[in-house]
Amino acid sequence: MNSYADYTTGAPVVDGTAPDGPVAERWDKRRFEAKLVNPANRRKHTVIVVGTGLAGGSAGATLAEQGYHVVQFCYQDSPRRAHSIAAQGGINAAKNYRNDGDSVHRLFYDTVKGGDFRARESNVHRLAQISVEIIDQCVAQGVPFAREYGGLLDTRSFGGVQVSRTFYARGQTGQQLLLGAYQALSRQIAAGNVEMHPRTEMLDLIVVDGRARGIVARDLITGRIDTYFADAVVLASGGYGNVFYLSTNAMNSNATAVWRAHRRGAYFANPCFTQIHPTCIPRTGDHQSKLTLMSESLRNDGRIWVPKAKGDTRPANGIPEDERDYYLERIYPSFGNLVPRDIASRAAKNVCDEGRGVGPGGQGVYLDFADAISRMGRAAVEAKYGNLFDMYQRITDEDPYEVPMRIYPAVHYTMGGLWVDYDLQTTVPGLFAIGEANFSDHGANRLGASALMQGLADGYFVLPATINDYLARNPRQDEVTGEHPVVQEVLAETQDRLNLLLSVDGDRTPDSFHREVGELMWEFCGMARTDAGLRKALSRIPQIREEFWRRIKVPGTGEEFNQSLEKANRVVDYLELAELMCLDALHRAESCGGHFREESQTPDGEAARHDEEFSYAAAWEFTGTGEAPALHKEDLVFEYVHPTQRSYA
Amino acid sequence: MKLTLRVWRQRAADADGAMSTYEVDDISPDMSFLEMLDTLNEELILRGEDPVAFDHDCREGICGACSLVINGDAHGPERTTTCQLHMRSFRDGDTIDVEPWRASAFPVIKDLVVDRTAFDRIIQAGGYVTAPTGAAPEAHATPVPKPDADFAFEHAECIGCGACVAACPNGAAMLFTSAKINHLNVLPQGAPERETRVLDMVAQMDEEGFGGCTLAGECATACPKGIPLVSITGMNKEWLRATRKVAKR
Amino acid sequence: MARTVWDSSVGKKTVMAVSGMIMLLYLVAHVIGNLKIFFGAEEFNHYAHWLRTVGEPFMHYEWTLWLVRVVLVLAVVAHATSAYQLSRRDIRARPSKYVHKKPRASYATRTMRWGGIILALFIVWHVLDLTTGTVHPGGFQEGRPYQNVVDTFSTWYGNVVYIVAMLALGLHVRHGFWSAAQTLGVGSRTRDRALKTFADVLALLLTAGFIAVPVGVMTGVVS
Repeated sequence: MNSYADYTTGAPVVDGTAPDGPVAERWDKRRFEAKLVNPANRRKHTVIVVGTGLAGGSAGATLAEQGYHVVQFCYQDSPRRAHSIAAQGGINAAKNYRNDGDSVHRLFYDTVKGGDFRARESNVHRLAQISVEIIDQCVAQGVPFAREYGGLLDTRSFGGVQVSRTFYARGQTGQQLLLGAYQALSRQIAAGNVEMHPRTEMLDLIVVDGRARGIVARDLITGRIDTYFADAVVLASGGYGNVFYLSTNAMNSNATAVWRAHRRGAYFANPCFTQIHPTCIPRTGDHQSKLTLMSESLRNDGRIWVPKAKGDTRPANGIPEDERDYYLERIYPSFGNLVPRDIASRAAKNVCDEGRGVGPGGQGVYLDFADAISRMGRAAVEAKYGNLFDMYQRITDEDPYEVPMRIYPAVHYTMGGLWVDYDLQTTVPGLFAIGEANFSDHGANRLGASALMQGLADGYFVLPATINDYLARNPRQDEVTGEHPVVQEVLAETQDRLNLLLSVDGDRTPDSFHREVGELMWEFCGMARTDAGLRKALSRIPQIREEFWRRIKVPGTGEEFNQSLEKANRVVDYLELAELMCLDALHRAESCGGHFREESQTPDGEAARHDEEFSYAAAWEFTGTGEAPALHKEDLVFEYVHPTQRSYA
Repeated sequence: MKLTLRVWRQRAADADGAMSTYEVDDISPDMSFLEMLDTLNEELILRGEDPVAFDHDCREGICGACSLVINGDAHGPERTTTCQLHMRSFRDGDTIDVEPWRASAFPVIKDLVVDRTAFDRIIQAGGYVTAPTGAAPEAHATPVPKPDADFAFEHAECIGCGACVAACPNGAAMLFTSAKINHLNVLPQGAPERETRVLDMVAQMDEEGFGGCTLAGECATACPKGIPLVSITGMNKEWLRATRKVAKR
Repeated sequence: MARTVWDSSVGKKTVMAVSGMIMLLYLVAHVIGNLKIFFGAEEFNHYAHWLRTVGEPFMHYEWTLWLVRVVLVLAVVAHATSAYQLSRRDIRARPSKYVHKKPRASYATRTMRWGGIILALFIVWHVLDLTTGTVHPGGFQEGRPYQNVVDTFSTWYGNVVYIVAMLALGLHVRHGFWSAAQTLGVGSRTRDRALKTFADVLALLLTAGFIAVPVGVMTGVVS
């Protein structure tokens, strides 16, 4: 048996649906070339959508509006609770309402650059084009964006850009956009066009004759495991940040849908590209179950600093101005506190590593609003950020109007995901991945307020156009039933896995394993990665996995509401995905975006890319649990935005 | 901190339930209430007992999944969600009662987990604007006065947790339903369906078996998002207006 | 439309609000009339007689009074029926109580329900006592209301029943008026305080006005 790190390199993976020609015309061209399904025939097609976040909710609603029969799933008790709801800051769109020089091309440029030149130009340009339609769509649905006194939409700035293009609804933009999609979906559920299955979790993918034809899912209330069949399957199940145990993801967000799809043949691209968000509330102790984000919008007015001296334990307000180091403003004078997330996070880590961190354990930096309060007045700060300040106070018991907030980076988003082509189809025909579940648009780092944009672009506009092509080309697929041998096999595997989890009856809880692998990942595959550290993690993960299957304890049965069983089954997949993330991080011996390899940095400590070697998306093919996977490279071509060393100085 | 917990345990929807007593020790005041329950559950699993089932997800106070009645208060003593309630709100040695939301429209699934799909059906009845994807006009085509936009936002903040129903002596869903009606009915985008929305949503609310409003005001006190009681007045007004208008058609 | 209103919990609540408001208007007129008792038997009895001749010559003797009585009976029936049905619905909606009890949760609701029942019983007694004279203490004299009132409040139980009922009425009007305003959609964030103050003052004046009569009899001011 090969060691996991001895991966093989397979044939390059090619995006067969990407159109050529001028980048601004490619989306039109693709839409024109895509085959259509006659409206009367659409109701004969069933499409499964897994997840009801921004991407899944908008896709389910839109596909149903088009006339498809949609069968949709979410593990939450209601489709309204998907974790998109927690997005705070805003959504980008190239409306140029501010007349500040914004354009589709500038949004395209900023996003490719912000992603550190590891995203596809075609996809990003399409995203920028669609961004303007998203705002129109959401306003029409009644999303209550912030407005100015003239009744027009307000915008604000976000990290990594110099225009004001972020639309927002106080600190709850994700909630408002998600409710818009949820309400559109609700309308289709009431109309009978969407068959909604809440509290039902996808546990495996059914692939028949090389095509995705359905899923295996468990009813979380009764424990009943069922099969569902369709002509196409859409995964909108979100990212895999919970591999790290502590993250800003919801407690139940998980990687099972994408990982099971990967095991059934879908390539997994750039798994090591994870985003560490710079402004989260620092952890307080071992009991911590998750981390809470403070919106990046706070960096519009808050100033980040640490004491100049190491080990300075004076209270923040007792440190005189000239003994403070506003390090982002010092190192990056033109972007200041609004540098992209990866840069802000790494800078925070660096000052803390130097021993200048603040708060318990020195794992924090100050985000100070004293200047903003004296400039704008407390009332104005309250109007803009009141709910965030309240949340901070509730969690930390400190008043951010009086003392600076303490913040520290935390895992927030995963740019990697299932590899998809321009049509958002994975390497398994008929299996599509949208939103955070795919890898497509953000490259190695995502800019703030771009996740909402991508989720809704995929769900409202891209997938509903491209899935037509697939269904039109495969109009009559053989009917699959529960009796099909492949279905029986997948069903049996799922059942066996759960039975095994229940039967080990060991002495460790699912959470204890999750925490262990999460801490390992944070240490070795977190903000800074090294060859030696990643190798260490790669040798440790199989041991944890082996111990898991020996010592796991799951009480209760499979035929009931059993949250321990749900959790344990998710940890099984984290324990495999973690390994692939480390391998991807190890093989990419360069620094780019959120992936920082200590061996690869410029003399002043910035990320050093190696374009000649690594200008590709790494798509991994599954070959067996713990077996060395196969790498398929997709070369990235930059015709419009030429790769340079990113500079925000 | 050392605490005594009395928790509602009910194996399944059709089983009988009762309060069970547990002792927890080494609780940090910085823990959230749910992290305290996590600690209890870790112990229960290791002892081979069934852990306490409870709904939770984002733990940031926005998804609306968490739903515990703590010492008789929906979401506990602070005006926030259970996940944002911290143990510093309690004292060492306290006895804390933890119960599920209680309403016949929210049947218990297990322990502290209830079925809130009735809320989804109320939204399905009319809590939307019919705006098929692609049909939207330019966003700035219809300016919305800032006070209206702010009014809409304040009501749109509802997280659908159900604390209003849990706190209401009549198990009424008036505050939840009115929040959505006020949000959409004030906006120009919501105007074409203004009458049908309120009539259909109120009818569905009745259909689900929620109680009526006696203006006790408990819902607004419990609401973690501060939806005001007068929101219900707004819904009543919309309902009367719609009834008159529809009768004239 | 009637069907829609009656079938909806919000509609039924509207019926309660409207019927309640009708009764409240009546009570305002009633209390003003009652206070005439302090101006002597002649004026009071004359006022009572006038009530029967209102609207003449267009209306026949007592027609207006009967019209008012019919409207009031309809209002009471509508109010009580909807209250009963709404209460049934409310109780069904919350079948199991919390183990951890909190007293304040149902203050307003309880006051309204029990207060309503007390008032209903009171109205029956009140009509039998002073309108038909069926249960009147001493000899009931048609057309001599002044004496009848004095007789009633010369008994200890007459005073107790009446005063308790009037206190219940005050509480009922206090929450009921404000509640009806909310049901009819006239409340708003800015008007809330004014409405509540108005309800408090109205309740206080009504209660004080009604109770003044037995107190007057007891203290000998009216005899």
